[in-house]
Parts: sequence; structure tokens; C-alpha cells
Amino acid sequence: MSAPVDRQRPRVGRAFWAVLYRDLYVTSKELPTFLAQVILQPLFLLFVFGRILTDLGYAQEGYAELLFPGLVGLTAVVTGLQSSAFPLVIDFAYTKEIEDRLLAPMPTALVAVEKIVYAALRALVASALMLPIGVLILGSIPWRPGAAPLFILMVILGSLVGSAMGLLMGTSVPANRINIVFSLVFTPLLFTGASQYPWPSLDGMRWFQVITTLNPLTYVSEGMRAALVPEVPHMPPVLCVGMLVFAITVIGWAGMRGFRRRALD
Amino acid sequence: MYRPGAYVVTERAVEVENLVKRYPKSQANAVDGISFSVPVGEIFGLLGPNGAGKTTTVGVLTTRVKPTSGCALVGEVDVTLDPVTARSMLAVVPQRNNLDRALSIRDNLLFHAAYHGVPRPEAKARAAQLLDQFGLADRAASKPEFVSGGQAQRIMIARALMHSPMTLFLDEPSTGLDPAARLFVWERVRALRERGVTIVLTTHDMDEAAELSDRVGIMDHGKLLALDTPKSLTRALPGSQTLDVTVELAGGDLAQAVKAFQMLEGVENVETVDDDTSEGCLRTRLYVSGEASTLLVPVTKVVTDHQMNLTDARIGKPTLEDVFISLTGKALR
Ligand SMILES: Nc1ncnc2c1ncn2[C@@H]1O[C@H](COP(=O)(O)OP(=O)(O)OP(=O)(O)O)[C@@H](O)[C@H]1O
Ligand SMILES: [Mg+2]
Repeated sequence: MSAPVDRQRPRVGRAFWAVLYRDLYVTSKELPTFLAQVILQPLFLLFVFGRILTDLGYAQEGYAELLFPGLVGLTAVVTGLQSSAFPLVIDFAYTKEIEDRLLAPMPTALVAVEKIVYAALRALVASALMLPIGVLILGSIPWRPGAAPLFILMVILGSLVGSAMGLLMGTSVPANRINIVFSLVFTPLLFTGASQYPWPSLDGMRWFQVITTLNPLTYVSEGMRAALVPEVPHMPPVLCVGMLVFAITVIGWAGMRGFRRRALD
Repeated sequence: MYRPGAYVVTERAVEVENLVKRYPKSQANAVDGISFSVPVGEIFGLLGPNGAGKTTTVGVLTTRVKPTSGCALVGEVDVTLDPVTARSMLAVVPQRNNLDRALSIRDNLLFHAAYHGVPRPEAKARAAQLLDQFGLADRAASKPEFVSGGQAQRIMIARALMHSPMTLFLDEPSTGLDPAARLFVWERVRALRERGVTIVLTTHDMDEAAELSDRVGIMDHGKLLALDTPKSLTRALPGSQTLDVTVELAGGDLAQAVKAFQMLEGVENVETVDDDTSEGCLRTRLYVSGEASTLLVPVTKVVTDHQMNLTDARIGKPTLEDVFISLTGKALR
């Protein structure tokens, strides 16, 4: 007996878009949840640090200006990280929902790339929302003509580096330990990323300054400040971009390896 | 079944050669050097107890498990060298529910089609048809969260058919199904074969293997022990009837009794069956060349002569279970 076999090359690009569309479609169905998720954290951070502390006089005049760029960077990185790490852990450990997509006619690594792209898109939306939230809470946000290109580049790089970190975490941590690992990683990540203070101002605290260079968020925060408040001392933007591209490549590569290891027995 | 694209004629839907899989950190091979091939349009059954390596074999063939050595082809495409093309030609219904809980039942089908590049209008038509055929139409809009095992199975089969695979892998398709649902699955499987789809199914159910499969491979401990049509497999056994004798030992000597059974006229072979019957009881199986009923009296005498009590005697035809017992010396369940 014989039968015809379809030997057309599978359409990998279409499979990729379909997998990405699946995530976007699911997100669109739960839009309020998504918005609450991405807005709440930056909203409180801005309100407490940018508004309450300065209004009460505990923080200097102008601290909000300095803080805002850092918080946009923080939002990009943290949202990216959360958006890729958590769903992956649950998927691989319990629901196995992702299996049907792993059997789509596309390389396994591309499914991992899709996870990064989707998480980065969420992070982009969250970061963009920081602008109106900032205006709302602070009254005005630091902005200057010509800030846009570097600002946008930093938002994109920050989102990508966060998503890549999430992919690495989500695929290298067993489900029963994700809570521990997350709290062990999250808090240091939050406070060693130069979001709440400019990096050059740490000159007098050398050991801490060195530690902050290990956190990719530092380069996002500094790049953001270079874009929005260039009068505040900051790292050279070229250095920030270079370090971030390097971090995205290395962490993304490691995350993809982890993904393949989890996806294939 | 119409499929667009260039056509190449192929004879073999599945080919496995010296396949070995050892999981990392594992002592033994889960699949230990098996070879078989499945011609296009066949229903091929892999029969074996828990842990035999059935799911692992299917995992390799469906590109989810990396083989340690050996070679596996689906539609003459090497699944290790070109998993992407292999995936476009096969579909799998896994042993456990992996439906997408964020999507409705219909969307599970539609997105599966989209992953495989089926054009949207075609996918919609096919989904409607499959949902109807599988009795899912009235639930199509709800999420698959609270579906029963049988419904999940039906949804996963319907999903697998959305991209018209050449070869369909069914991992224990009827485990946990009630008899009616099981018959329904069997009926669908046969209908697919009629349309030229090759089917590889795994099972630990004798009846399913015998009823449904054109050929059966018997697996245990990662090895393929036998492979043939159910008829030939049972025909190869000695005798034309079997007599199962269960005795309560009560201090008697079974080995002696087995020897005595062997001496009886018409008994071709005797096997002690290692299964978990109630305590102190043992089952032996006599393969008989003539009428097994004529042996009932002599067997009873042997049993009482050896100070044991006869608790059950059953006449039957050799089945796949007997094949399995004769190959492994143990019952399948
Ligand atoms: N991911 C894994 N990692 C390590 N060992 C595994 C893994 N999956 C299966 N095994 C082992 O490989 C062997 C074969 O398992 P497999 O699931 O292929 O058997 P099976 O025939 O499908 O059994 P069942 O009837 O229970 O589904 C078993 O000993 C099992 O413990
Ligand atoms: Mg199995």
C-alpha cells in the first residue's frame, strides 16, 4: 500500500506567528487582569517614593525627576521577567499546555524566542503606561526634546533583558523551588539596579557600586536617565547599550538552552 | 484526503531501528534496542505493561524525546535530523491531558490548526465537522477545565486530526474510558485507517490490542519480544485450548503437581502464572491439544493427590495474554 506524503517545507514563520498570536489572544481575553498586573507595582512605587516621600520632605526636591527614569527601567525589566518566568514554570511542571506548541512544525528554540518576544511586548506596554501614570501622580514627568530615540531603545532593551532573564529562571528552576528562588533573586534585583539612585553617586561606596554592575537593570536605569535627565551624572549611553546587548545575548542563549532541555526529554 | 503540495510516494509510515533511550540519571534503558516498521495505512499496536517503554518509544517518534542511539523515521523523515518536517506529518494524542486551559474547546482545535498552517476557513469548517462528529458541539465554547477523562480524550483526538496527519500516535487511547467511549474511539480509529491514516497505538489492554491492531508488538523492559498479527501470535502458541487451574496450596507441592500435569494426555505445555491472586493461591495454565474439558477430571485428581484444593478451573482459547505470559512468564496486569 502507498499513500502520498506532503513534502512541502513546513511554514515555520506561520507557526511562529500563530504561537505568538495565541498568547496575545489569551491576553486580550483577560485585559483587565493584565492591566492591573502591570500597573499596580509602578503605581505604588511612584506614589510612595515620588510623591509621599518628597511631599513629606523626607526626600529632596527633584528626587522624583531622578526616580522616574529608574522606575520606567525597573518596570520594563521586572514585567519582562515575570511575564516569561512564571507561565513557563507552571507549564513545564504541571499543565503541559505548551506541548501542543512544541509539536508545531517549528524549531524548539523558536518557541523559546516567542516566549521572549511575548514577555517583552507585555513589558513594553507596562513601560509605556508609566508615562501617563507619571503625569497623573507626579504632575509632570522629566522629558526633553530629542529624548525619544534613546528612551525607546532603552525600553526595548530593558524589556528584552528582563524577558531573557525570565526565560532562564523559568527553565532552570524546578517548580517546587520557584518561590524561594524568586524571592532570593527578586529583592536584590530590585535594589541593586540603580533605579532609586544614580550609579555615579555610589563613588563613595565602591563595593556596592561594583555589585550593581552585575545587575542588567543598572544599565537600563542609567540609560533611561541619560535619555530623560541628562543633567544628572550617568553612565555613557553607549556603554549601557553595549552591556545590555551583551547581557541579552548571553542570558538569552542560556535561557534557550534551558528551554530546549526542559522541552525535550 | 486532499493535501496540497508536492507528492512523494512512500511505503513506510514509521521505521525504528535499534532504538535505545536511557534517561539521564537512570540505571537502565527505558527503550533497549527495538526495531520495527509500520507500513502506510496500518493500525500498529504496542502492547506492554507499565514501564515497558511504550510512551518513550512514542515520545521519540513524535520528536519529544531525544534517542540515545538508533534511528527513528516518520514518513521516511528522520525525527532527530529533521524534527520540523516530521512534526508537520504526525499528530499525537498523549497519555495525559495537555489541553490548553486558557482556550475554549473550539479554540484548542483552531489554534492547533493555525500552528500547523491550515488556512483559517478550512480550519473552521474542519473544526465544526470534528466537534460534531465527536459529540462536542454543545460544549465547544467552554474551557476544557472541567471535562471528564473521556471528553478530554475525544477533544485531544479531534485536535490531533485538525491538520490531517499522515500518522497518528495514540498513547493508551482508551485507558480510563467506559466501554461505550472505548468502542467510540475504536470506531474512529478504524474510520481513520479507511482513509489511509497510519495509526500507532500503545495499550496494556489485550482486547484492545487484539481487536484493533493489524499487527501487535509486545514490549517489556524496553525490548520488543514479539511482533506479528494477533492471529499469528496466538497460533504460535502450543495447543488449541487452554485450561487455567487455580489451586490453594494448603501445604501441597506445586512443582510436583506441575510435573504431573505435564504427564497428562493432551497437555502440550504447562506454565505457572505469576499474578497477584489471593494469598496462598497459584494459577497454572495448561495448553491443551484436544478438548480441554476432558482434562477436568484428571486435573482435579492430580490436585487432590498433591494435597491442594482446586479453587478455579477455566477453559479458554489462547489469547494475546497467553502470548505475553509465555514470553515473559508473568501476567500483564
Ligand atoms: N522523563 C523521564 N525521566 C526518567 N525516566 C523516565 C522518564 N519517563 C519514563 N521514564 C522511565 O522509563 C521507563 C519506561 O517508561 P514509559 O513511560 O515509556 O513506559 P510505558 O510503557 O509508557 O508505561 P505506562 O504503561 O505506565 O504508560 C520507566 O521505567 C520510567 O520510569
Ligand atoms: Mg505510557
